[in-house]
Amino acid sequence: MPLLVVLLSFSVLFLLLPPSLLTLRELLIAKMAKQQQKRQFKKSNKPQKFRKSEVKDGMQITEFKVNQKGRAKKKRFMGRKVVPSKLLQKYSKGEGVELKTIGRKDSCVQNKMKKKEKKIKWAEEESARAEILLTESKGQLEAEEGTYTSHITQTEIKKAVDITSAAKSFDLNLDQFGPYKMQFTQNGRHLLLGGRKGHLASMDWITKKLHYEINVMESIHDVCWLHTEVMMAAAQKQWVYIYDNQGIELHCLKQMDRVLKLEFLPYHFLLCSGSESGFLNWLDVTLGKEVLRTPTHKGRLDVMCQNPYNAVLCCGHPNGTVTMWTPNAPEPVASILCHPHPVRAIDIDHTGMYMATVGVDRQMKIWDARNLGKCLQHYTISSGASNVAFSQKSLLSVAIGNIVEVYRNVTLGGTDHAYMRHKAGGIITDMQFCPYEDILGISTYKGYSSLIIPGSGEPNFDALEANPYISISGRKEAEVKALLSKVPAELITLDPLSIGQVDIPTLKEKLEAKKALLYVRKPKIDFTPRYRMKGKSGSSQKFKRKQKDWKLKAASSKMIQRLKHMDPDHWLDSEAVKFYSPGLLSLLIAVNYLFFPINFGSRLKNIVISITV
Amino acid sequence: MSIKSINVLSRNPDHYMRETKYDIHKVQRNYDPTLHPFEASREYKLALNSVKLEKVFAKPFVGSLTHTEGVSALCRHPSRLSCVFTGTVEGELRLWDISHKKCEWTVQAHSGQIWSIVAAPDGNSFFTVGNDKTIKKWSLDKAKEGDHDLPIDTWLSDTIVTGISHHRHRNEFITCGERVLLWDASNKAPKFSYDWSTSGDRNDASVASIKFNPVETDLFASCDYANNIVLYDTRAKEVKKLKMTLRINALAWNPMEAFILTAASEDYNAYSYDIRKLNTPDQVVNIHKGHTAAVLDVDYSPTGREFCTASYDKSIRIFRTEEAHSRDVYHTKRMFKVSCVLWSGDNKFILSGSSDHNVRLWKSKSNEKMGIMRARERSAINYAEELKRKYGHFPAVRRIARHRHLPKHIYNAKNEQQIMRESRARKDANRLKYSTPGKKVHIPARQKVVVGLQDDGVVGFQDMDNMPGTSTN
Repeated sequence: MPLLVVLLSFSVLFLLLPPSLLTLRELLIAKMAKQQQKRQFKKSNKPQKFRKSEVKDGMQITEFKVNQKGRAKKKRFMGRKVVPSKLLQKYSKGEGVELKTIGRKDSCVQNKMKKKEKKIKWAEEESARAEILLTESKGQLEAEEGTYTSHITQTEIKKAVDITSAAKSFDLNLDQFGPYKMQFTQNGRHLLLGGRKGHLASMDWITKKLHYEINVMESIHDVCWLHTEVMMAAAQKQWVYIYDNQGIELHCLKQMDRVLKLEFLPYHFLLCSGSESGFLNWLDVTLGKEVLRTPTHKGRLDVMCQNPYNAVLCCGHPNGTVTMWTPNAPEPVASILCHPHPVRAIDIDHTGMYMATVGVDRQMKIWDARNLGKCLQHYTISSGASNVAFSQKSLLSVAIGNIVEVYRNVTLGGTDHAYMRHKAGGIITDMQFCPYEDILGISTYKGYSSLIIPGSGEPNFDALEANPYISISGRKEAEVKALLSKVPAELITLDPLSIGQVDIPTLKEKLEAKKALLYVRKPKIDFTPRYRMKGKSGSSQKFKRKQKDWKLKAASSKMIQRLKHMDPDHWLDSEAVKFYSPGLLSLLIAVNYLFFPINFGSRLKNIVISITV
Repeated sequence: MSIKSINVLSRNPDHYMRETKYDIHKVQRNYDPTLHPFEASREYKLALNSVKLEKVFAKPFVGSLTHTEGVSALCRHPSRLSCVFTGTVEGELRLWDISHKKCEWTVQAHSGQIWSIVAAPDGNSFFTVGNDKTIKKWSLDKAKEGDHDLPIDTWLSDTIVTGISHHRHRNEFITCGERVLLWDASNKAPKFSYDWSTSGDRNDASVASIKFNPVETDLFASCDYANNIVLYDTRAKEVKKLKMTLRINALAWNPMEAFILTAASEDYNAYSYDIRKLNTPDQVVNIHKGHTAAVLDVDYSPTGREFCTASYDKSIRIFRTEEAHSRDVYHTKRMFKVSCVLWSGDNKFILSGSSDHNVRLWKSKSNEKMGIMRARERSAINYAEELKRKYGHFPAVRRIARHRHLPKHIYNAKNEQQIMRESRARKDANRLKYSTPGKKVHIPARQKVVVGLQDDGVVGFQDMDNMPGTSTN
């Protein structure tokens, strides 16, 4: 429309123009025509999406209009969806290399690094994108307004959830052989129970299938699964025993005596124990060889846990310190004074970032497990707790007497109220969150019970790491694979990624050594010739030697005979001895004669020679 | 009830387990890094395992082709992988089907040693040169028929011919011996004679080996008994002549980077030259060390990334072109002095002819799996390769990867030579240190081996006449 108006106005203008300006008019018209043409051209160039679209055999077929000029159609696809940076951070493999610091600009090295960095970035992004494929979602519990979740009882939960989940919450009444110790397997499928009075049982707790149940007729202080559900260790009165899933005793580990606490490092195949006498012991279960046995010099070792992030053992001591140990050094790699009173319980979350300690002083503290010595939070609880446990989703449960309390966000500042609270039938002796399930297992003086704690377990497992639904053949294969990739015990350090980093001091040393290497002097070889018995071992030589001895003996006996009949003064006149004072010599002879009557001759000779020398 | 909403983890086992035993197992993945601890150290362990497995599978020997005499020459067909000619020291020529390890045809080609065999570029005929001063051309088709034992063409030379090389496209070939001759296949007389290395005072210089450049097709190189490497051009004359301290036994051009010439030397090393830099002091690009006796032959892989050398020390070695030390060394208890070596056209095999009457067939990569592989196998191998590359510089990995079992004579000779080298280096360093500053200069090892260069009209960086080996008397 405005175009039309402009045109009209122009035409009016033209009519008004005098004829002398006709040429100008013509020019103007020509110019306008050109402009109009341009506009039309622009219009035709606008991409028209499609010519026609029809539905044929249930499929929509769209014909795109091909541009007459043959230009490529504009791309409609704007690329993949951008991954949120927070998600990328979760899968981050580190900051990467600062490319500017490596080589010249666009040098071969820099380009190589660039390519490598690109690959790593790609891997990070792809793994973040793969999160969309995760099927299960985290559990959660919400209370109605005005009420607290901690007031919700297990029976209420059991009623509210589906029947399979409700079946996961159960109690085992075992009041004869308690107090009990317990542990779940890596994949959370099996449960091992050990009663102080000798009761040992393992079961598939989801299907409630009992594998075996025995009484070892000895006290059991702790139990521990090994790498699969076919082998388990029990710390008994004197030694540690290993049983299989039928309750058959496989080994008796006499390297570990009077053990109070057992831990198994699944990627290193190390069974660790803390003993009554304060000894720490690492045992390679694949070889049955002791890696290290070291005294902590800090009394009974019944408070111990492993850091799942770096396989370092953390021990809590009666003097309030927590020490961290690797099997590569006989002294702790770190030591923190956590409480002014004895440490009662300790646990580290599975990211290896937080450590929770509980002391007799009714304090619960959360520590930064990597930046040691930094207490993040501390809480005062109603009385000294006997156990703490982190779940996979960083819930923290604390056992105080017969009450277990579960907290959320303890690392971020904590909450006034417990997330959940449960009163058990007896005093709680051990507890653990079941991996990959919303279950907290607690064992007491009077048995075992499992509690439903919504949101405690990791919803999506990785079947190549831990698979609750693994078949027997799958388990066997995984066992072989795990054995092949058994991490050497020497690689246990506080920073598990240190193996991928450049060992700068050693490199420096190397370079310096290279610099110092000058071809100036031949290196001195420390060489001492080997002492050789020159042909004394041959049979002929032996024979000769014997004959020689015999001859000597004969000669000496003759000499003795002669000496007996000889006048000593006359004898001393003989050539060999005449230079020496007769008194001394006769004394020597007398002494020799007294003490070595048989070998007298040869002895005498020796003495004479030694004197001459 | 005070529960507003509750959601508890409850998995349906059917989603995680296979339905029947004929299905594959379901593998649920979660790439959350916290579920995969000890990433670095586990990967390191896998790298260690893969490098150990490489050693376990390192069985390079494939088979042997038995002759009645020591083998002196090898030649492969330009396009057929299984077709190989071998020549012996008694003049016997054999055609082999490598894939079946079967001798297809035998003929007494020359009286005396067959020095060299070369294929015509079309692949229909082969040339042999022998001690009887003749050059013979054999037809492959007739040989395949069986009982045919006459050459299709014969040229007579007036001297012994010790090497032959065929032009890439034209119907021309060059031979060497006491003289370097260029022949046109349609003529019975040589087309041209190159007399540089043989004329006048340097009469002792009998040429040992000659090779046409595969890319710059008019260029060829020869090496002679007077320690020279000579470059020629068929369009002009001799181009350049490089004198070394010791004799060069064989030459090979890099088929991909054809400006690189590799020479097998009598001083236990192989040398790579860049012919573009021949006039400069850094013409030797690399010294490939490792053999403990004279290197007798050298041949490039068709990829141009690796080459293998045959040596008097009863072993063959494989070098990467850019590396000074060998990637691998092959030997057997019964293999004797290796006189010729050949890399197969598909880059998978190496043939070595030795004086124990055998041609041995080796895998070029000792741990390579032969035959068809499934995708999983392939990817597992690729993963292992990548791991080995990534962790290759770790001491434990490198130690295993580098270790080769050597026969006692090579092991001892290696140690002995190491001591000699060290003492020489020490002596040099001492001389340098205790002489007046500036009087003695450090000469790099790569320059030490070159005596001098003679160019057409251009005087080299060192004067040729002052060289010890070329004096007129």
